Amino acid sequence: MELVAAVLAGFVIAPFVPWIRRAGRDYTGWIIALVPLFICVYLATLIGPIADGETRRVSYDWIPSLHINLSFYVDGLSLAFGLLISGIGALIMVYAGGYLKGHHHLGRLYAYLLMFMGSMLGIVLADNIITLFVFWELTSITSYLLIGFNHHEAKARSAALQALVVTVLGGQLMLGGLLILGYVSGSYELTEILTQGDMLREHSLYVPILLLILAGAFTKSAQVPFHFWLPGAMEAPTPVSAYLHSATMVKAGVYVLARFHPALGGTDLWTIILVTAGGLTMIVGAYLAFPQSDLKRVLAYSTVSALGTLVLLIGIGTERAIEGAVVFLLVHSLYKGALFLVAGIIDHGTGTRDINMLGGLRKAMPITAVVAGLAALSMAGLPPMFGFIGKELVYDALVEESGFVPRFVAGITVAANILLLVIAGIVGIGPFFGRNRDTPEHPHEAPPSLLTGPAVLAGLGLAIGLIPTLFIGSLIQPATQAILGDPVAISISLWHGFNPALALSAITVGVGVGIYFGRGRLRPIALQIYDWRWYGPERAFPRIMEGLDSIALTQTRLLQSGFLRYYLLTIIITTVAVVSYPLFGRGELFDRPDFGDVRFYEIGLGVLLLMAAFQAARSNSRLGAIAALGVVGYGVALIYIFYGAPDLAMTQVLVETLMVVLLVLVFYRLPRYVQRSTRGNQVRDAIVALTAGGMMTALILASLSFEDRTTISAYFDENSVPLAHGRNIVNVILVDFRALDTLGEITVLAVAAAGVFALLRLRLAEPQDEEADRGA
Amino acid sequence: MNVLLILPMLIPLLTASLALLAWNHPRLQRGLSVFGAASLLGAAIALLTVVWSDGIQVTQGGNWPAPFGITIISDLFSAIMVGLTGIIGLSVVLYSLVSIDPARESFGFHPLIHVLLMGVCGAFLTGDIFNLYVWFEVLLIASFVLLALGGERAQMEGAIKYVTLNLLSSAIFLAAIGLLYGEAGTLNMADLAIRLGNSDRQGLTTALAMLFLVAFGIKAAIFPLFFWLPASYHTPPVVISTIFAALLTKVGVYSLIRVFTLMFTQDTALTHTLILVIAGFTMVTGVLGAIAQVEFRRLLSFLIVCEIGFLLMGLGIFTPLGLAGSVFFMIHAIISMSALFLLSGLTERICHTFNLKQMGGLYHSYPALAVLFLVPALGLAGLPPMAGFFAKVTLLQAAIEVESYTIVIVALVVSLLVLVAIARVWNEAFWKNPPDDIAGLVGRPGALQVSGARLIPLLLPVVTLASLTLIMGIAAEAILAIAMDAGEQLMNPSGYIQAVLGGQQ
Repeated sequence: MELVAAVLAGFVIAPFVPWIRRAGRDYTGWIIALVPLFICVYLATLIGPIADGETRRVSYDWIPSLHINLSFYVDGLSLAFGLLISGIGALIMVYAGGYLKGHHHLGRLYAYLLMFMGSMLGIVLADNIITLFVFWELTSITSYLLIGFNHHEAKARSAALQALVVTVLGGQLMLGGLLILGYVSGSYELTEILTQGDMLREHSLYVPILLLILAGAFTKSAQVPFHFWLPGAMEAPTPVSAYLHSATMVKAGVYVLARFHPALGGTDLWTIILVTAGGLTMIVGAYLAFPQSDLKRVLAYSTVSALGTLVLLIGIGTERAIEGAVVFLLVHSLYKGALFLVAGIIDHGTGTRDINMLGGLRKAMPITAVVAGLAALSMAGLPPMFGFIGKELVYDALVEESGFVPRFVAGITVAANILLLVIAGIVGIGPFFGRNRDTPEHPHEAPPSLLTGPAVLAGLGLAIGLIPTLFIGSLIQPATQAILGDPVAISISLWHGFNPALALSAITVGVGVGIYFGRGRLRPIALQIYDWRWYGPERAFPRIMEGLDSIALTQTRLLQSGFLRYYLLTIIITTVAVVSYPLFGRGELFDRPDFGDVRFYEIGLGVLLLMAAFQAARSNSRLGAIAALGVVGYGVALIYIFYGAPDLAMTQVLVETLMVVLLVLVFYRLPRYVQRSTRGNQVRDAIVALTAGGMMTALILASLSFEDRTTISAYFDENSVPLAHGRNIVNVILVDFRALDTLGEITVLAVAAAGVFALLRLRLAEPQDEEADRGA
Repeated sequence: MNVLLILPMLIPLLTASLALLAWNHPRLQRGLSVFGAASLLGAAIALLTVVWSDGIQVTQGGNWPAPFGITIISDLFSAIMVGLTGIIGLSVVLYSLVSIDPARESFGFHPLIHVLLMGVCGAFLTGDIFNLYVWFEVLLIASFVLLALGGERAQMEGAIKYVTLNLLSSAIFLAAIGLLYGEAGTLNMADLAIRLGNSDRQGLTTALAMLFLVAFGIKAAIFPLFFWLPASYHTPPVVISTIFAALLTKVGVYSLIRVFTLMFTQDTALTHTLILVIAGFTMVTGVLGAIAQVEFRRLLSFLIVCEIGFLLMGLGIFTPLGLAGSVFFMIHAIISMSALFLLSGLTERICHTFNLKQMGGLYHSYPALAVLFLVPALGLAGLPPMAGFFAKVTLLQAAIEVESYTIVIVALVVSLLVLVAIARVWNEAFWKNPPDDIAGLVGRPGALQVSGARLIPLLLPVVTLASLTLIMGIAAEAILAIAMDAGEQLMNPSGYIQAVLGGQQ
């Protein structure tokens, strides 16, 4: 119950934000922060039991017909994520209040953030995979609304759309994967799916399932080549970037990989894809971060790199690697959240985020400088910070294995970490040291609401680094076990002794510090190579969207041409095609041909009708066409007489006469008839018309060659007089047996009369801009 | 005689007749119209309740025994459709009270709407194939006059295409009925089901099935027969567009589902596979058409075509779950689409245009309106937690169970493209700053051009329908329970046949 409440709290409270804001005024952030804080405290109470090997699961029926349950499950992995989401959430709520103080749309921001937090908790706590997906898509939607927060700017709108399209593309594919997974494993509950790993890995649908789910995870977690949306998402206000696009949402993909590891992981395909994508993302992200000058973009690309590292580690999948992934996940969320918030403070305090315009801020912003320094140390992986432990573990996992590929990956990882160390210096140290520069606004220290968040996050990084034992047994070990699906024993400490990992660390620090001091010369070079990105997905995305637009336009103009004649042609050709296939394809068409008793005058009439119809079609005057049509009509009346239906024939003659008279009257007022069709068009139309007519003829012949049928008309014959008391069967059918049809037809006539009246009498003034029926 | 089965046709007929008599009294017409629409909804709910609890309801016209008279019948699918007609009818009539211009009102708007409703309900309730044709005629003539009413140039262009293509459909339909009578000698659909089942002329039966597929396919706006829809739906006043968007194509889809579950099930390898293929193409062309539009209602019109693809998907899959998915999707599509069409009328009132390029600033000034758009629109793209998502999941699960993976991928990618189209509307009309020429209008008090109590009929239908898309998502089980039963009934037509013909078979 508490679990459900924890997930749904954000959704329930979001609609009330306007009132909270009215009551809370400038303290709204502090009030709203209580929601995530309560959730965080509640989840913290579970640390003990979970560490003791317990799990928590609740399940309520939601949509049992589709096997969708409101079921939630807590183990080490979900707990670690849940604590991050709610804990950082509380800090972000406070920060946002200070950052966007007095902003017109602050209420909407809080509503979206609350819903986002609920969705994020839903993802990591859900046991049912469809429920998981529901929350997954909700994070995409809230992220869209938050990236477009500054919606009057075209840049923000297009960045929001880009993020939405990329993540929802992955999401849709993942939905397919999850549904197939549920079908194959016979259950949509994770707790049951995860026990079927051996069966799933052998299943013939394993590859599609894996690829579809990876599509979701990779797009959400910004793996190359889908990474480009994440730097774009920096259009969002800084608290949003810190929360969604660094600490939580972008890790949802990593969560899914970790979560499904026991069910889908461990195959060669899994390892190859994850290690390749993760390794590539790690190095590309780190490299692209280096030449950026916007603080937030530096941080965004370094987040891409970190996400790559996590995917890489999960791909490797050894005990050490998973342990490294869990630790690095926590490490990264702490330092990156802190650095983003510091970037916001700098932006807030100086009016710029351009690192070339920042320097010497430590005097004006001493507390911020300390906080930033601590976070940067953790990011750089230097002792005594938590980041050091994280990096050591990552290195440890990589040097564990021998062979060319692991060595190669290890080399890339060291290179990426060198770059990340440099970047840590650029964002966490650079702005605060060196000479003072002129900034748009006079630098000043931030208020408590802005400082609380980064200070807590950076402080935690230091605290865990100093006393890691506090967290190993309680958080890291249970999470690692959950990912591996097996019990593990873990020991982590700041000092590991002299080992290969330490040697790699030494190299990292040495080279990194060197590059940091040479950055003035190196960054311009890197910037040139950075321009190559224009050949990558960042350029491809708008191209694809433009391509989509032009395909859409072309096909729509082609189909919806605006010309009625093409519509008719298409429909008639389609009809001929779909009807002819079964009619002629089954070889049973004229198995009982029966033309024996056709009389000569019937043939004569038939020829007459054909000639008249032909004349009607080719006539160049309206009057001639009407006359020819009249011949056809009277000819049909004759057929009725031949077959003994004089009343029908009479009706036909009357209708036909009336029709000819009316048409002549109407056509008298029309302009002269003009032949607009070319010769070619006429031939084409003739061919289509003859084919359609031929098909109908064949259908009728086939239908009539069906003997020994009994029809309902015998009943009318028998019962017309005794039951319905009428001697004219047609009349009885019309007004009694099938009176409802007649009622309908009378209505049609009444409406037609009213319609003609209204059309003749009511002419409204023309509005100015009319949209014609043409493609677009 | 089961009165409940007659009321959905009788109430609109009486309302239309009385409204015609009150030709020169617009206020009286309005009152009658609202009362009639509300009664129709009441009758529809009563019918649905009875069918849901007591099973299929049948009555024979004039008490002539089936298959000789005309059978009126309601299984769950019919009852659901009539219920939806009731909801849409009342919503549209309420909305029209404020939005329809006095000129159209004085030239028979209200009677025509009710004739249309009668035709729609008749089509859903008849058990006779020729009677179905008659109801098609009723709703064709009523919709044609509604479409042309006012005689604006764009309206006439749309109306001519509409009526020509639909008459072609009627001609094909009528020819198909004649041929079918020639083969099977009966018009009662249950009787036809039996006789066609016993027929040894499979080629001919399938060829006739194809004629019905084309005839109903034109009405349903499937690929490649949908042209009349985007050519006409954006031309009349918003209320008229809305009732068309909600109901007209759905009558076509209903008829397709009816005949291809009841009568033409001899050659499913051909017919239903073809329907599944058409479903995929309809989705894709529809959504691509939507992406190419800059006119709000025309964009929505193409999205209707796209939705038709999803509706056919369940029929093509042809399992109880698939048909349940189609029924669920039908409920979602009708409600969401009418919410969006009515909403396009509200935005037009504010921005004075349907052209998205010339709209803007709605998100800033009207947060509630933004929510009213976003909820049904995201549902249309199949995003949770709206009903559209769960309807889509039902269809996807059904497709996966029969291992039709191609349509699964097509449906998923199409969902994304629908989202792109939706996001374009959001981007242009809601997020972007308003263009200079309307900047002074957006956000100004009274921009909706009505105020006070007169806002209620304008807003109530939109709010109700938009909320329903969300509520039906969160409470999807309630909807699914009934949709599942409807799917079972459709898949096993013996109950239907038994109800019509009793012990005679």
